[in-house]
Amino acid sequence: MNKWQGWRKIRYESDLDPHFVDEIASIPGGETLYSCIQCGTCSGMCPISPYMDYTPRQIIAMIRAGFRGEVLSSYTTWLCASCYSCTVECPKDIKLTDIMYATKRLAIRGKVYPKRFPTPVLAGEFFKAVEKYGRSTESWLLVNLFMKTNPFKVFRQMGLGLRLFSQGRLSLKRESIKRRGELKSILKVLEKEHMVKSKDELVSAGKEVA
Amino acid sequence: MSYIYYPGCSLKSTGRAYEESLLTVFDALDVPLKELEDWNCCGATAYMSISELKAFALSARNFALAERQNGEEDYAEMVVPCAACYLGLNKAHRYLAEHPELRETIDRALEAGGLKYNDRVHVRHPLDVLINDLAPDKIKALVKRPLEGLKVACYYGCQLVRPYADFDDQHDPQTMDKIVKMLGGEVVDWPLKTRCCGGSLTGIVQDVGLRLSYILLAEARKRGCDLIVTACPLCQFNLECYQSRISGIYGHKINIPVIYFTQLMGHAFGLSDEKLGLKRVFVSPSRAFSKAEGGQHVHG
Amino acid sequence: MSTANTPSPNGKPKIGVYVCHCGINIAGRVDVQATVEFAKTLPNVTVATEYKFMCSDPGQEMIQKDLKDGLVDRVVVASCSPLMHEATFRRAMMAADANPFLFQMANIREHVSWVTLDKDAATEKAKALIAAAVKRIVLHRPLEKTRVPVNSDALVVGGGIAGIHAALTLADAGRKVYLVEREPTIGGHMAKFDKTFPTLDCSACILTPKMSAVRAHPNITLWTYSEVAEVEGFVGNFQVKVKRKPRYIKEDLCVGCYECVEACVFKKGIVKDEFNVGLSKRRPIYIPFPQATPLVAVIDPETCVQIKRNKCKKPCVDACERDAIDFDQKEEIKEIDVGAIILATGFKTFDAGRISRYGYGKYPNIFTSLEVERMVNAAGPTTGEVLLKNGEKPKAVGIVHCVGSRDCKTNAYCSRVCCMYSLKLAHLIKERTGAEVYNFYIDMRTPGKGYEEFYEKLLKENVHFIRGRVAEISDWATIPEEEGKLVIRAEDTLVGAVRRIPVDMVVLSVGMEPHEDVDEVRRVFNVSCSHEGWFLERHPKLAPVSTFTDGVFLAGACQGPKDIPDCVAQAGAAAAEALVLIDRGYVELEPNTAYVQEEFCSGCKICLGLCPYGAISFNDEKNISSVNGALCKGCGTCVAACPSGALQQNLFTDEQILQEIEGVISYV
Repeated sequence: MNKWQGWRKIRYESDLDPHFVDEIASIPGGETLYSCIQCGTCSGMCPISPYMDYTPRQIIAMIRAGFRGEVLSSYTTWLCASCYSCTVECPKDIKLTDIMYATKRLAIRGKVYPKRFPTPVLAGEFFKAVEKYGRSTESWLLVNLFMKTNPFKVFRQMGLGLRLFSQGRLSLKRESIKRRGELKSILKVLEKEHMVKSKDELVSAGKEVA
Repeated sequence: MSYIYYPGCSLKSTGRAYEESLLTVFDALDVPLKELEDWNCCGATAYMSISELKAFALSARNFALAERQNGEEDYAEMVVPCAACYLGLNKAHRYLAEHPELRETIDRALEAGGLKYNDRVHVRHPLDVLINDLAPDKIKALVKRPLEGLKVACYYGCQLVRPYADFDDQHDPQTMDKIVKMLGGEVVDWPLKTRCCGGSLTGIVQDVGLRLSYILLAEARKRGCDLIVTACPLCQFNLECYQSRISGIYGHKINIPVIYFTQLMGHAFGLSDEKLGLKRVFVSPSRAFSKAEGGQHVHG
Repeated sequence: MSTANTPSPNGKPKIGVYVCHCGINIAGRVDVQATVEFAKTLPNVTVATEYKFMCSDPGQEMIQKDLKDGLVDRVVVASCSPLMHEATFRRAMMAADANPFLFQMANIREHVSWVTLDKDAATEKAKALIAAAVKRIVLHRPLEKTRVPVNSDALVVGGGIAGIHAALTLADAGRKVYLVEREPTIGGHMAKFDKTFPTLDCSACILTPKMSAVRAHPNITLWTYSEVAEVEGFVGNFQVKVKRKPRYIKEDLCVGCYECVEACVFKKGIVKDEFNVGLSKRRPIYIPFPQATPLVAVIDPETCVQIKRNKCKKPCVDACERDAIDFDQKEEIKEIDVGAIILATGFKTFDAGRISRYGYGKYPNIFTSLEVERMVNAAGPTTGEVLLKNGEKPKAVGIVHCVGSRDCKTNAYCSRVCCMYSLKLAHLIKERTGAEVYNFYIDMRTPGKGYEEFYEKLLKENVHFIRGRVAEISDWATIPEEEGKLVIRAEDTLVGAVRRIPVDMVVLSVGMEPHEDVDEVRRVFNVSCSHEGWFLERHPKLAPVSTFTDGVFLAGACQGPKDIPDCVAQAGAAAAEALVLIDRGYVELEPNTAYVQEEFCSGCKICLGLCPYGAISFNDEKNISSVNGALCKGCGTCVAACPSGALQQNLFTDEQILQEIEGVISYV
């Protein structure tokens, strides 16, 4: 950043969403989120935190303060590799990785995730394939991913892809389960349900919200 | 005890060698493994990112199918070699047991598919089975080509020991180390045995992911390892398949074989390269094996 | 005590029921007016009324007036827990010349208003409890408290700074004190430090005069290398057995000349020196440190060749000019009688090996704070130099705060002293080595007098402060500057960046924990522990030095993590409260003791073995048991066991209890 952009970084209470923390904390085991003392162990353990726009600790602070927009549109959640190092070392037993997944889900639901970033695109492609076939086929997954994010990458990866093909480690044959209808009926029941409860759902369940 | 084998999508594709060597080795050890009929994908990290309930439902379907396949016997022992599938299934197993509200939702979903889950499943990793279920000397008894002098770095990765440490120590796991020692190899102790390799980022966000894999490869090389063994298909892929790219970016020539622990076992048992998927490698372990044999390794 | 107002001479009791609002504590849930109206309908109730705060002066005066006017002769107060105010109301009755045992409390606060959400249910329950109390109190009889004299000697367990100060305070007040310490010397943890925060006073300089005073005080009997084995009796009258472990050295002959230590067949240390926290080794015969009190040698039976295998030339015996060595010395049990006991058993440090990502025990130059305290101490294993294992001075040192504390996986509490001692060590290390010092902290806790100023001093000394809990310490390097170093990875949360700091040496600021055997120790003294294992005080705010066991007091870190000034203050407080007991000279025993109705006793003797206090004796002549009211604690065991119902307990007779049950059932 070489040129000063003249941005004003003040936040008014009306910019924030005070119920954001309760929504995230509604996942099973999520209540420990309120106990965060901002020690920074999570960011210190995270092998990817040097690359994140907001470190895991900052994300928790922002969730507690209600910075919904910033958290859900950050790159951080999509850089999380789910290694669970943070969760294991957190002195307050906060389920950080599960919180990261919850923010991923809310970002997708709210369509505010970084659109051409590979991770959410990969997740989406994977999701569609398994919804339909019950299994994922790595070759098609990668092709679809590159086509949607950066088609030129397909050429770069070609060498790797061909080598894998030659070793029998990649095939264009579609993997699928036999009883696709059975899986479809199971997943259909869960179409509209979510583990992260919205503010209205929390209030009607009698839970205390901010 | 008989086991139900859950391969997961990777073992039919990039991780094919893992399946081949696993089945071969378990067969040699006389441990029956039968593939789960019509198993579906565990959902990996992708499903958790989009719909956690569907992710749990995917695992639950596998549990229901395993129970059905197991019949009237006590518990279905599901052997899950892929670390990501292992974590996904293990997590689902625990969440379904510990959160009744969630369980009720998933039961409803399973019912729509005509299935039922009765809590009679154990999720096991092959390392767990090998160390805890087999008689102590069974592995040693099969060793025909002991790996004397071979320096091996055991790489566990994340998902086997975090967040659940069901069969091994969370910070300093030893199950793979024990197996390597049983095979006669020399285990190189290193502090990065559970540090993330980058997972899916290594392939798709290479600016970030490659460095994580590079750190592991560089440290293993620095400590004089001839070989890295791993238990996760994505770790194996990341560590093995990008070595030339990594060498280019970091100006550090790295050429170190990365194989599955089952492949190492099979090799020590004297089994053929073909049966162990040892032809499906980017960096051949022949030179490392020769070192152990004090001469030329003959492709068997 | 006068009971001029003899109750119910014509057999008709006059019961007064007083219902308390307790502000909104009770009145917020229970409809007090309704309970009063209900009480008026109960048989034998002559007065029923309510008041905002019955325990206050006006409240008590209400009762006293009714007693004096002859309107009531038995009192029921429906308010809080007896533990809170039974004594208050009993005193009020005594002041009105009424027998305090014609009194019963109905607990409608802790048992009703504080635990029942529904107002109607709460009111009904309150009514039931009042009915029960009213039915019961009809059967109360006037009772007298017994007075038992108190032994004026005291026992202090633990010879750290708290125990030392408590013992000196009591001794200066003219009381005889036994000071029992488990280690061969008194001094505790404070004797190991070099400097103390925030003044950087030399620890030994302020401690050793007190240790010396203990030794010299005519009123203090100092027994080191000893443990309390058994405590029997009750407040004011404890019978204690102290086990004196054999030193194999005659204490009254040894002058601490060190000749025997020098003469030992082992010319170098062979076993880890406990005083130096394992940083050096000592011989089987040793003196813990040069200012040890008493300055008497000790022989460790586990490592001494003579004691283990009877195969030594014993040059120590030859070297001793006073003939003080005695290999035949045996363990001795001393029996003493004391009136008050003060527990000052201190703490232990957290075992840093439990946190594997900090590498303690794995990498050579990672030390705990206590090990570094010994290093900076001029009389320590490195004569005051801060050195790496290879003998060189470190060029960069990392100090890691909160090791084992504030962590739900180890100890959830804050250990209170670590921030301050970490600052102190930062200062000392910088002073001795000139190294770059980095303190990694979560919060800087400096609440005491002069503490914040001490932090300010460190901020000006060019010590680096990084607000971020250390994630991991390891030896893998990513850049050339990190080669051969220990790399500390942490997020600098204030600056907002992840940092890797290569250092030569790491100091882990370990937290405080209760001793490992605290569960056994507490049973000896019959005190409770909190769930973390600290001894439990009677009330966290208002009674921090007494316990629920009368006559046993607490002082120092054994009650919870604290620094030296607080230990000393608490020790003084414990000594004062012990003096209250001793100087008063007597204790009044509750008359809720058991007694034998002779005509029903068949002489079966079942009760004899059951009494945990040895209060029951058997009269062979009359073939009946009898209870010593002074020893009886009213536990009720014998009463419950007696097959013929001959044994009854004052204040808890079968009829009284049954009437209480009647009261509840008949209402409900």
